[in-house]
Amino acid sequence: MLNCHKATRLMSEAQDRPLTLGEKLALRLHTMMCSACSNFEKQLPALRRMARGFARHQP
Amino acid sequence: MTQDSVPQDPHPTGSSHDTLMSDELRLQMLKFATLQLRDSHLAEDAVQEALLGAFRYAQAFAGRAAYKTWVFAILKNKIADLLRKNQRLVNVSSLTRTEDDSLEETLFNQNGMWHRDERPVAWSSPEGSAEDSQFWQIFEACLDDLPPNQGRVFMMREFVDLESSEICSELDISVSNLNVLLYRARLRLRECLENKWYLDGDCRC
Repeated sequence: MLNCHKATRLMSEAQDRPLTLGEKLALRLHTMMCSACSNFEKQLPALRRMARGFARHQP
Repeated sequence: MTQDSVPQDPHPTGSSHDTLMSDELRLQMLKFATLQLRDSHLAEDAVQEALLGAFRYAQAFAGRAAYKTWVFAILKNKIADLLRKNQRLVNVSSLTRTEDDSLEETLFNQNGMWHRDERPVAWSSPEGSAEDSQFWQIFEACLDDLPPNQGRVFMMREFVDLESSEICSELDISVSNLNVLLYRARLRLRECLENKWYLDGDCRC
């Protein structure tokens, strides 16, 4: 069973490589029970969009 | 390459020179080079050389996206050469182990669960924040607060859009080291944005 530390680590890796079916299932089960990690998972793609938009908003 | 085989510029209103030398592109390059080299003079030289090198063959490229990709590729090579020349690469892998272990202890308890006060909250309208100039000042401050190697690999991955394998090859680090650096960068950046923007009352969304 994943704890939050391992789950967030896996969420970060999901930004850089395809997860296995087992990893996806473990993450899904964890985020169903943990709203904090569910929030974290949604924020990772937002961080990517921010990094890509950063230069366009430079004064 | 014959004249006929040169792709046509889909944006005829702006010349290749204008596109290639635009302030926006130069600023992006300078930002990236400074982050990678940690030396504004070296960064300026690298950007200038990359732009001049790219300009020689500018007519062979169609559209802004192709220019940008190509110019950044030249810049990355310039940066890699400078890093190797100055032997700064040795710092990268050695720092991954000790640079930021304390962050995870701050955020998670011994069972690996979030500390009560550190649990991520839902962000209201992150897209709306992008329209607020004050948000980008906070984003830049949070980015500058990252330990140097974390900021470097985060921007290589998310801003320049390099694949993990390319970053590992460029910095001579393992995939697991890169994953640790990216994880800690994302943890810290997320935490900083939440504290300084989404919870601190600055967010107007």
